[in-house]
Amino acid sequence: MLRLEKRPAPSRFWSASAPILAVVLTMIAGGILFAFLGKNPVEAIRTIFWDPIFGEFAFYYRGQLLVKAAPLILIAIGLSLGFRAGIWNIGAEGQYIMGAIFGAGAGLAFYPSDSFLIFPLMIVAGAFGGWIWAMIPAILKTRFGTNEILVSLMLVYVAEAILASMSSGLLRNPDGMGFPGSRNFKEFPAAHNDFIIEAAGIHWGVVFAFLAVISTYVLLSRHLLGFQIRLTGESPRAARFAGVNPSLLIVFCLGLSGALAGLAGLFEVSGPAGQISIDFNSGYGFTAIIVAFLGRLNPIGILLAGLLMALTYIGGEAAQGNLGLPAAAIQLLQGMLLFFLLAVDVLSNFRIRRTKNEVA
Amino acid sequence: MDFSAINPLVLLASIMVASTPIVLAAIGELVVEKAGVLNLGVEGMMITGAVCGFVAAVLSGSPTVGFIAAAIGGALLSLLFGILTQFLQSNQVATGLALTLFGLGLSALVGQGYVGIKAPPTPDIHIPLLADIPVIGRIVFQHDLMVYFSIALIGVVWAVLKYSRIGLILRAVGENHDAAHALGYKVVRIRLLAIMFGGACAGLGGAYLSLIRVPQWTEGMTAGAGWIALAIVVFASWRPWRVLLGAYLFGGVTVLQLNLQAAGIAIPVEYLSMSPYLITILVLVIMSSNRNRAALGAPAALGRSFHASS
Repeated sequence: MLRLEKRPAPSRFWSASAPILAVVLTMIAGGILFAFLGKNPVEAIRTIFWDPIFGEFAFYYRGQLLVKAAPLILIAIGLSLGFRAGIWNIGAEGQYIMGAIFGAGAGLAFYPSDSFLIFPLMIVAGAFGGWIWAMIPAILKTRFGTNEILVSLMLVYVAEAILASMSSGLLRNPDGMGFPGSRNFKEFPAAHNDFIIEAAGIHWGVVFAFLAVISTYVLLSRHLLGFQIRLTGESPRAARFAGVNPSLLIVFCLGLSGALAGLAGLFEVSGPAGQISIDFNSGYGFTAIIVAFLGRLNPIGILLAGLLMALTYIGGEAAQGNLGLPAAAIQLLQGMLLFFLLAVDVLSNFRIRRTKNEVA
Repeated sequence: MDFSAINPLVLLASIMVASTPIVLAAIGELVVEKAGVLNLGVEGMMITGAVCGFVAAVLSGSPTVGFIAAAIGGALLSLLFGILTQFLQSNQVATGLALTLFGLGLSALVGQGYVGIKAPPTPDIHIPLLADIPVIGRIVFQHDLMVYFSIALIGVVWAVLKYSRIGLILRAVGENHDAAHALGYKVVRIRLLAIMFGGACAGLGGAYLSLIRVPQWTEGMTAGAGWIALAIVVFASWRPWRVLLGAYLFGGVTVLQLNLQAAGIAIPVEYLSMSPYLITILVLVIMSSNRNRAALGAPAALGRSFHASS
């Protein structure tokens, strides 16, 4: 018989290698899934995980990697702070949408000006949009004790409805002949989030993502607030005795994650997506939850996990085109990854012992 | 705008149909939470049930087979959650989210070839005598069997939790798993069974959407119904009959806004369609603002994982 024995402290070795083991297990399970779908499993896995970086057309895909990873990393960094402290913001998708709407709205209001101030203004407006949307669950939680999980999630559906209304109403392109969708930012240079280095896929969102990783790392390891976040997660009672103000922490964590998700939305709408449209949001807010956990809620880990998850998006698209793999299979693969990660996590908190049959 | 287009009789009758998926999912989750487990994967189990039920019903031509398949599908998916949280001690919130993301992907994959097909019809039953009562008969007694099944299920759960020994053990496990363990109850086994019951109920709720309410399969068709079911459990303070009340209130709002859309009221469609979610938030705020009342029903061990040290 096998038995689990709780470790006095989590194993460092296993908490570092669990994500790698989870990725390997996901590849195996994914291969079995692809075989069921009638595809060659080895080829499918290679198309998704290997070819975008090392394959024949890698020069094209490598640039895409950072473009896809930046919003995931930005959102996941914000979420990870809250998750560490036991504050569950799962409505990042809504904050992402609101950031895009506020940011795009601020830019479009000044069309066709070419002032250099427009883009900074849009960045501020985008962060504000995400922040204010996250403040709703934060205030309700601190004021009334309402569950932030359910409220933040409900607000995703509200944000989607607002997005639909905006793209066919207030923000609709006046020259668009009645079609839904805003003006395209590619034709509005002062507000366009253009590539800084095109070949590497670096735009302002990527720069902000790296900044977020670095400043969060510093916050967690060098700042009192970071210490309080970690303390609250590990022992809420001890945190209370140490004088941590839980309400302040909730407002800070939710607000920061909302602002970062809003930024991600702004950079996406003014850059890669190009315009506000009904189907502008693509589930980054939910995938970022997987990224946050896969990165062990650690800034550096999230950076790597964001790149890996971006790889599954890009490789998944390639596999759709080349092998006819359904898009849903990639979504399933991402969900599987989180499952395996949670499952192998048992190894970092528990020791597996073989029990001898005791004689009574 | 034309309010005369709204027939109050049809409106009231469709409330019961609109509420049934949430009644089913919420009563399942209530049992899970009474056993001290917080499963946030209701949305994932619902949509998996929706697709399993739809595929099985189309292939067999029988909605009954569809509902059975949906219950099995939902229960199997919830078993995954059960194994992870009960044996591998994973965080319940994170695992529940994973279950939802996984279920959305799985259902989209399974349902690929079934978009745009119509489900085999489920007959409405006319309860003899009762269905012939003017007005009330039309509103209450002329629905399909699942509507009555969901109400009966609420009654059964209420009676079992309140009066039976099984219910007492389930509540003991949910209130204090250490004490229940010390008394010799198999905490993990009881919780696993509760989780699977919740999964089967969520699956039935999903299948009701895809087989009767809509009745078609589209990707992501549950549109947050699973999350609303979770909110309804909080609203109901973990009491079965209040689940019914909450779900019907919610169904009422949904049906009313759909009817207002159809009647062409001056409010844009987008703002009407967000109203059910806003009302859910409002209800959660009202429930939680009175801390004594909110804490009254919550199982004490909700969301805490159990590991027998010896």
